[in-house]
Amino acid sequence: MSSIAQKKGFGATIWDFMTTVDHKKIAILYLISGGFFFLVGGIEAMLIRIQLAKAGNDFLSAGLYNEIITMHGTTMIFLASMPLLLAFMNAIMPLQIGARDVAFPFLNSLGFWLFFFGGIFLNLSWFMGGAPDAGWTNYASLALASEGHGIDFYTLGLTISGFGTLIAGINFLVTIINMRAPGMTYMRMPLFTWTTFVASALILLAFPPLTVGLFFMIFDRLFNSSFFVVEMGGNTIIWEHLFWIFGHPEVYILILPAFGIFSEIFAIFSRKRLFGYTALVFATILIGFYGFMVWAHHMFTVGLGPTANAVFALATMIIAVPTGIKIFNWLLTIWGGSISFTVPMIYAVAFIPSFVAGGVTGVMQAIAPLDYQLHDSYFIVAHFHYVIVGGVVLGILAGTHLYWPKMFGTMLSEKLGKWTFWFFFIGFHLTFFIQHFLGLMGMPRRVYTFGADQGWDLFNAISSAGAVFMAIGVIILLVNVVMTTIKNERVGNDPWGDGRTLEWAIPSPPPFYNFAQTPLVRGLDTFWIEKMDGNKKGMIFAEPLGDIHMPNNSIIPFVISLGMFIASFGALYFLDGDKPWALAVLIIGLLITFGSMLVRSLKDDLGFYITKEELLEDAKGGKTDGH
Amino acid sequence: MMATLLVFLAGCGREEISTLIPAGEVAQDQFNLLILSSIIMLFVIIVVSIIFVLAIVKFRRSKMGEDMIPEQVEGSARLEFLWTAVPIVLLLILAVPTVYSTFDLADVSTMDVQAEDGTSSNLTVNVTAKLYWWEFEYPEQGIVTSQELVVPTDERVYFNLISADIKHSFWIPSIGGKLDVNPENVNTFYLTFDQQSSELEDGVFYGKCAELCGPSHALMDFKVKSVDREEFDQWVTAMQSEEPAAVEGDLALQGEELFGADGLSCIACHATSGVGEGNIMQGPNMATFGDRNRVAGYLEHNEENLKNWIADPQEYKPGNLMPAAASLNNGEELTEQELDALAAYLMGLTVEE
Amino acid sequence: MDINQKYTPQSWPDHPETATMEGKNKFIGFWLLLAAETVTFATLFATYLALKDKGPSGMEFSAAGLFELPLVFAMTMILLTSSLTSVYAMYHMKNHNFKAMQAWLGITVLLGATFLGLEIYEFNHYLHLGFGFTNSAFSSAFYVLVGTHGAHVLFGLSWFIALMLRNAKRGLNMYNAPKFYLASLYWHFIDVVWVFIFTVVYLMGVIG
Repeated sequence: MSSIAQKKGFGATIWDFMTTVDHKKIAILYLISGGFFFLVGGIEAMLIRIQLAKAGNDFLSAGLYNEIITMHGTTMIFLASMPLLLAFMNAIMPLQIGARDVAFPFLNSLGFWLFFFGGIFLNLSWFMGGAPDAGWTNYASLALASEGHGIDFYTLGLTISGFGTLIAGINFLVTIINMRAPGMTYMRMPLFTWTTFVASALILLAFPPLTVGLFFMIFDRLFNSSFFVVEMGGNTIIWEHLFWIFGHPEVYILILPAFGIFSEIFAIFSRKRLFGYTALVFATILIGFYGFMVWAHHMFTVGLGPTANAVFALATMIIAVPTGIKIFNWLLTIWGGSISFTVPMIYAVAFIPSFVAGGVTGVMQAIAPLDYQLHDSYFIVAHFHYVIVGGVVLGILAGTHLYWPKMFGTMLSEKLGKWTFWFFFIGFHLTFFIQHFLGLMGMPRRVYTFGADQGWDLFNAISSAGAVFMAIGVIILLVNVVMTTIKNERVGNDPWGDGRTLEWAIPSPPPFYNFAQTPLVRGLDTFWIEKMDGNKKGMIFAEPLGDIHMPNNSIIPFVISLGMFIASFGALYFLDGDKPWALAVLIIGLLITFGSMLVRSLKDDLGFYITKEELLEDAKGGKTDGH
Repeated sequence: MMATLLVFLAGCGREEISTLIPAGEVAQDQFNLLILSSIIMLFVIIVVSIIFVLAIVKFRRSKMGEDMIPEQVEGSARLEFLWTAVPIVLLLILAVPTVYSTFDLADVSTMDVQAEDGTSSNLTVNVTAKLYWWEFEYPEQGIVTSQELVVPTDERVYFNLISADIKHSFWIPSIGGKLDVNPENVNTFYLTFDQQSSELEDGVFYGKCAELCGPSHALMDFKVKSVDREEFDQWVTAMQSEEPAAVEGDLALQGEELFGADGLSCIACHATSGVGEGNIMQGPNMATFGDRNRVAGYLEHNEENLKNWIADPQEYKPGNLMPAAASLNNGEELTEQELDALAAYLMGLTVEE
Repeated sequence: MDINQKYTPQSWPDHPETATMEGKNKFIGFWLLLAAETVTFATLFATYLALKDKGPSGMEFSAAGLFELPLVFAMTMILLTSSLTSVYAMYHMKNHNFKAMQAWLGITVLLGATFLGLEIYEFNHYLHLGFGFTNSAFSSAFYVLVGTHGAHVLFGLSWFIALMLRNAKRGLNMYNAPKFYLASLYWHFIDVVWVFIFTVVYLMGVIG
């Protein structure tokens, strides 16, 4: 390790990112790959809207259309929204609780690379015989009948990336439980940390059922078992249950961190403490808890019987209560504040009506008999896009603007940001509002075409026009990112001026050890408290300056994930019969994975120390490099 | 103005398929729930909007002053109680009709009630969904039809739904909500048809498959003819007659031969008599083909479309199970004349006057 | 934490598994992992119950006809005993008695291996009866549930063996104490899952 500033070459930078265990660099990896998949999913969305722009369009064939809707949904949920949120959790949460890193830096890196290789594997299906085509829900009877290897790419790819997400979830939970700075009690944790905590708990309990379901599907398709084969006594409804026992909490895994980001934004840009902090925390926990008891509302039309439907309908309605509590507390936070309409705040403000619209249609669908009409129609398409775009994506865009300076040390252009916002926001409502009515007018979802005699032409054309606006918004955001990076105007610790939590008390971007001295937390919004007390340093310290223990970088997570990636190709082609090399590939891949795991466990990796002298040097303005 | 008005009018959709123009008791119940919940939700939206707009207008930093530090309010137990209690009350208002209606719509206890003569007093239709088409068996009457469901108005019609292959979902939007058609179990529900379909512009209600089932999911339509009880009974009697309808004209006779076992053996999959049981033949029953509203469920009902369809089914419904005509004809495409003959024959299959 | 620091039973902390930050993190993280594992097995159990005795029409196999209790009961006793011996091992770990710990772990591994051997024998027996993995939904669910448990046993055994070999020469320290502790925790978890398998699959299967 050297304390002399070094300009790294391109290759060295790549190697650094491949081996890094620093939560801030892993955050950047999540941001870049999540952003990439967001663009891929966006292009797929545009293709869908082009195809549906007019009746009887033949822009896409029926089979290709099904592949595109499947990949759009899967990509946006698993490969875009979740990693983008994981990027912010990684970048910010440890800073908010005053930690030097997450609890398991090595596993953090492993989690990322598993997600990354899973995502790449899934998307390679486009070039290797066709993508999955049974919808992102992958219902079993259709999935088992699907020809080619598309579905196998789906099951294996999601299994790998699912392991990555599970690891990330456990890591964040332990970090929050064990690594909080002195004085950072649970009820002083910033809301974003709280939502990270609850979302991670949901990941922990929701992903195993999905993984089990995916394994059943893999066994059925590749090894001739009969979990879902009706003639052999199997039952396809089991898949539906497993998928939605995962799938419903997944919605909250996405929306809760977005709620967290918005909570931070409302407080910062109203210069006001969150109204009803305790209520917000308990509402978060309640939403997470209820999230596990309502999965069957995705299955009202399956024929589970009136008792099950009625119970799940009522359980679902209850979720509206904690969600309402959140909305009103946010409104009361800005009430009486001093609102500064920066780009993050505009997104946060726009989120409220958008999300309320998505929430109320959710309650309407909780009414089981009404849902018989709404289910699997364009009404549901409108509803979940209102929740996920109006909630999660607006949250991600707001978070991108809010945390960009903390992650990269330079601010995105406010002017371009507002252009992005208006295009995206108007396009979003134009695209999806009208889809409620298409559903009510009888249009089922997942149709690749519709006849001119159904009366749906005009609304579909309007919806497609809206999508173009959203695309323009995203393109402007990309321009913004490029221009900001080129200009590279450095900013200080608290670029928004009104930061309230610990991450704004340290440099942007923070040094790799985050806090030279662990802070002592005196209350909620600890940085704000210190600022109001006139403390120029922004925090008081819980320890004298001393040596800091840091973990070593490692390439092993990358290699473990690569091994699973290779093994998946072997598993995929194993039963084709005419590919004798498949078994060899499977074995080689597994050997790489287990071999590198063995190396990891046999080799002692005790990390290294940054000495007090180096920290002092660093504080004077020298730059400490982690290697 | 005109454009807005146009959008508003189009908002109701077509009466053959829109849930906003209910034509049956079930759809009407569901429509009422839609209106009730919309009103409550509109109330919520208005309350939130008022607070929201006031807040962002009143408390802008340009008004409050650049250096103003607002009071750091912690919260208010009273307000928390208010916005917990009011939504609970609103939800209770919704919960009561929800539970009532959930049980009401699932009540099929009167399905097997028998009249004095031992026949069932209610009509039951066994629906089998297959890759991109629908079969309707009337077990009491001993008849089968496909793609077009014929039902009497103003009485409960019970449906037993099962899939022969992949999961589908049975949906007639203007008559009532959907129910999934699972491969492993029979799902049962009822619908009522309060309006005769002859009053509609297209003369039929549109039915849809609502669960993704493969490439041609979008094309898996069926049609519903609702007629009064008397006309329904006449239709049943006509269907039950074992005697096939007389084939008229040389062309149609040639078509009949082509259709038969000595020709292309279409008859191996497609029955031409409406008498029989369901879920036996591989292809749709052709007994009422001439009376139908669409070819292949969605193409306009004319000979041109029929000929195109027979010549190359994959072109029109990708993934369907009907073999290409050439594969039944020793690898040779059918001639224009042969297609004409088949079309003439099929269009002549009718049980209506 | 210094890996080369030598401890005596007197200087050894009461709870070596949570005496360091790394140890504490591993301790909590592992409990959370077990929570995820619990959900995994719960899912497998639910599926098994849904598919029990379900097969193609005319299937000759049923849980009541297939399973025989004596062998499975013996397996249960062996695994329960191995759980007890791992408790002895951890007792000696906390007293910084490395040799005794290794010995008890050795016994645990032997018992575990015996269990695994019997399970392989049992599966083999079913295979000879024609009850293969692809026989029916029932067989798929059975083999995946019990097989997943078997895979856990195998992993637990490998973990014990790797730890014992790796640390054979250098003895206990603050770096490997949490690892021994967690491996034994994992072993208890496997044991608990087996008790459920014994009850749900075999007992309830035979009784009907």
